[in-house]
Amino acid sequence: MAASLTPALPMPSDNESLEEIESQALSDLGAVADGDALERWRVAYLGRRGRLTRVLRGLADLPLEERKRVGDKANRLKQELEGAVREKRARLAMSATEALIAERIDVTLPGPPLPSGRLHPTTQTLRDVLDCFVSMGFQVVEGPEIEWDRYNFEALRIPRDHPARDMWDTLWIDYEKDGERPMLLRTHTSPNQIRIMEQTQPPIRVVVPGKCYRYEATDPTHEWMMTQVEGLAVDEGISMADLKGTLAEFARRIFGPDRKVAFRCDYFPFVEPGMELRIDCFLCGGDGCRTCSRTGWIEILGAGMVHPEILEAVGYDSERYTGFAFGLGIERIAMLRHGIEDIRLFYANDLRFLSQF
Amino acid sequence: MRVPLKWLSEYVDLTLDPRGLADKLTVAGVEVGEVISAAGEWEGIYVGEVVDVSRHPNADRLVLATVELAGERQTVVCGAPNVAVGQKVPFARTGARLIDGRTGQPTVLEPAVIRGVESAGMVCSEKELGLSDYHEGILVLADDAPVGVPLAAYMGDVIFDIDVTPNRPDLLAVVGVAREVAALTDVSVREPSIEYAAAGKPIKGRAQVEIADPDLCPRYVAALIEGITMGESPPWMQERLIGAGLRPINNVVDITNYVMLEMGQPLHAFDFKRLRRGQIVVRRARTDETLLLLDGTEQKLSPEMLVIADAEVAVAVAGVMGGLDSEIDLNTTNVLLESANFHGPSIRRTAAALKVRTDASYRFEKGLSPELPPIAAQRAVKLMVELCGGKAAAGIIDVHPKRRKDVRITLTQKRLHTLLGMELPVAQVRQVLSRLGFSCRWMPPDRFVVRVPYWRTDVTIADDVVEEIARIIGYDELPMTRLRGEFPAAWPQPRRELRDRVADLLAAAGMQEVVTYSLSSLEQLARVLAPEELSTHAPLRIANPMSQEQEYARTSLRASLLRTLADNVRHREDLIALFETARVYLPREDDLPEEVETVAAVISGRLPDRWGEPAGEPAGFYEAKSYLDLLVDHLGVSAQYAEATDYALLPGRAAAISVDDQRVGIVGQVHPRVASQFGLEAPVAMFELNLDALLPHVTEVRHYRPVAPYPSLDEDLAVVVSADVPAARVRAIIQQAPLVRAARLFDVYSGPQVPSGKKSLAFSVSYQASDHTLTDEEVRRQRESILIRLRQEVGGVLRS
Repeated sequence: MAASLTPALPMPSDNESLEEIESQALSDLGAVADGDALERWRVAYLGRRGRLTRVLRGLADLPLEERKRVGDKANRLKQELEGAVREKRARLAMSATEALIAERIDVTLPGPPLPSGRLHPTTQTLRDVLDCFVSMGFQVVEGPEIEWDRYNFEALRIPRDHPARDMWDTLWIDYEKDGERPMLLRTHTSPNQIRIMEQTQPPIRVVVPGKCYRYEATDPTHEWMMTQVEGLAVDEGISMADLKGTLAEFARRIFGPDRKVAFRCDYFPFVEPGMELRIDCFLCGGDGCRTCSRTGWIEILGAGMVHPEILEAVGYDSERYTGFAFGLGIERIAMLRHGIEDIRLFYANDLRFLSQF
Repeated sequence: MRVPLKWLSEYVDLTLDPRGLADKLTVAGVEVGEVISAAGEWEGIYVGEVVDVSRHPNADRLVLATVELAGERQTVVCGAPNVAVGQKVPFARTGARLIDGRTGQPTVLEPAVIRGVESAGMVCSEKELGLSDYHEGILVLADDAPVGVPLAAYMGDVIFDIDVTPNRPDLLAVVGVAREVAALTDVSVREPSIEYAAAGKPIKGRAQVEIADPDLCPRYVAALIEGITMGESPPWMQERLIGAGLRPINNVVDITNYVMLEMGQPLHAFDFKRLRRGQIVVRRARTDETLLLLDGTEQKLSPEMLVIADAEVAVAVAGVMGGLDSEIDLNTTNVLLESANFHGPSIRRTAAALKVRTDASYRFEKGLSPELPPIAAQRAVKLMVELCGGKAAAGIIDVHPKRRKDVRITLTQKRLHTLLGMELPVAQVRQVLSRLGFSCRWMPPDRFVVRVPYWRTDVTIADDVVEEIARIIGYDELPMTRLRGEFPAAWPQPRRELRDRVADLLAAAGMQEVVTYSLSSLEQLARVLAPEELSTHAPLRIANPMSQEQEYARTSLRASLLRTLADNVRHREDLIALFETARVYLPREDDLPEEVETVAAVISGRLPDRWGEPAGEPAGFYEAKSYLDLLVDHLGVSAQYAEATDYALLPGRAAAISVDDQRVGIVGQVHPRVASQFGLEAPVAMFELNLDALLPHVTEVRHYRPVAPYPSLDEDLAVVVSADVPAARVRAIIQQAPLVRAARLFDVYSGPQVPSGKKSLAFSVSYQASDHTLTDEEVRRQRESILIRLRQEVGGVLRS
């Protein structure tokens, strides 16, 4: 360390005059060219063992009269030198800044790459959809992906040999009990309506996200694995108007305030009345094109009022309580939001696709 | 269900153009999936009458034609040489869809000003209607063409392909659709005639019907037509059948099909002479009974199946398909017509078991009305008398053991208003229901009593009636309101929250999330799981897999991730880091499987340099571990790593991760034997964590520890230990000293500077006390005690 000290700053003697210190300090300061040298200068004169500090420390040994005289002078010098340091530091900083300015870099060069991962587009849309319902007071709950027939169908008023079973082509688990196959890959998130109502009492407001599976040949609009969100609200006095209001709010938040929403009658065995939400077609604005099958409308989700027999079956008084349920497909919503034409892209997991979201 | 509009218009006036009608039906729950037309859609095109032709003021070869529609007149500019007053012509309104006469492409008719005169539409040529390439003049229609009706209704071949929901078998009939159209457009329905002259002898005594199993056959109607002449059905009937998607066969079969399509009741015609003793017995099949069906297949029947038998053997599978032996053929003269009602679930089960789904079984399985058979039988007899030259036997046989009462439903005004969220005047409710064929009595002060028409087997409770009302007035007429009332109690979901946190952290650290299929093949799973593992947790098999690739519910995410990695690598060298959070399915005895929330990741390739170019060594074990270190740190768990073995990982480069002595996951470099099975050549590292096992150890909320105000003293400490001593153990010893606030490993060295078989671990150690400034002496004593422990426990010595 000592070797790197500048030889221009000899160790002071104990009885230097303040004038000597002042003149040498200022002359040394003039020679200081950068921040490091300035610091060394500061230590040499103003540091704990600096020349001026020593003088100040030595004051205690002087007679009172002299102590006051020299003390005043030394303190003035200290202030002067401190001021000079500040000024010098500012000047140095200024010139360093000027040097930076003079250098000029190419601002169009990229920054060094940071790791950039992304969530899958299904996850992104799923979270947006859940957030939307959470903000309307819904709780998020989950259920099993491999289900009993009882929850997936029977309890939803779709008994064996019911023609409505055709609406859900099913992948069955190879497991038999009493000559029947009771276990399946859930075809929708609706079994959770029953699971939740069995576990709790109204008021209920839940959304249930999760994967669902169908026995289905894949094509640009069909995939055998998909992500759904089920919604369920049960309370006194819930109406179709509430269902419409809730779904319209959802559509507005997810698809933007300018989208027109419309409702049509539809059939699902577990709701009555049944309903489908549609929005006006993005591509043609409602004139009719291939995307909307020339109807001007795009189907978004199925919904309805919870069938009173289902409420009764879980022990609710269907005269007192009414409720609504809905189910929507996340991939379909993601496709509409992002303009994705082929649903199979989601689970092909090509990074050239995934990295766009 | 394909419904040709011309056929439909026989029962109801069509007052809307096809597209408008399709929309109206669709909104009301009768989804018109497709509007099919061989000759374009003709939307916005009507039959008009030319009432005036005058010269165009600014053009010699153009005229102004005034066309009369229903109660209005439009003047258009027309260039056709053949236009003349009195003609009936196709008139396209502005906005109509037609074919551009010049380009031949579909277009929408725009408002136009032609040579200074506004044209309010267009009179069309055959080419513009898509009928032919003829464009030399306008198409002139027959003199009796009805002015004002949509052109499609007059001459088009527009067909609605209706996606009938399973609850509405009444819509699998043209008359049923007509009833909907009538209700929606407020016009009346013309029911088909069922009146005929019964010129023959009474059926009674010549044919007998017995229902042995009334639980599966609530009603059986038989009629007899004698002396018919087999042949082709008339062209109009063949046209309609073809339009509806059926192939014409002969007049008798065509009539049974026609009435099925018209009224929704499947019928069957037996050759009466082939029924032994003229007898029909409706019974369950006998064990081992067989029947040769119309489609030529020999079917083995079982006692759950209902058959139609004659005095001796089964002659048809009830509601599914007739037998070949009793089938009518060109020599048939006497037909016994069956019009029956069968138990829907039984028909569905039988059709599924025999793998024979027919138009008949498709209808019966949905539960048809038992009121329909006699009506449909009479309609078919009428047509056979008229079209096959037959003589109808007097009377019909109608066996109807258990008559169903009319369905009456009480609907309170309160229920109606609660469900709709709005009030409706009594008069409107009654009017809407009566348009649908329901009779509705208002019972003051507060309820309706509704009688359901026989064809609406789907309407059984008050809420069904509410839907009828709502869909006819239109769901869009209902208000939109927000949920009110109490908010439900919170329902904590720590499992989902952990999964989301993990996904967020890994994505933020640079990993790409993927979502792969939950089903896999045994072959794929066997690549990454030890045979013992596969037999302990034998994956659940799908009974009806779509392919071998998707036959098993996966018990590991590894295979899917490695496959996805391989799909993406393709000669790339840059870093690919993929993760997935998903469930794996571990079977349990006689129960649903345990669905274990899992996160797994694969990492391969080289880290990027300043320019993003792949540089340096390929990512390996330690790179995989960095992601885990980050996770563990953010989740507030303290994880221990211990060398482990795993079927898919390279020995010596695999570690089990434990938290509080519970194993939660594994990290390691994928064994090249495994990687190469996926076509991966570069080194691949992976990790997987059981989030359900990790969850109880995660720190939800962290407690704040004040930052000590006293300075720390930092020094470097290099310890020489045997090469096989884990660094984590050395670090733990240092870290356990009370005055050590932190010990960070910053160098591992083995080489000439240390004895062979040894390594030097260099730590930056930070000493600090929470209540005073440490003295050099305190630090020295602390260091000494650390060195004593290191020597005693791991044989470590201070590197000199």
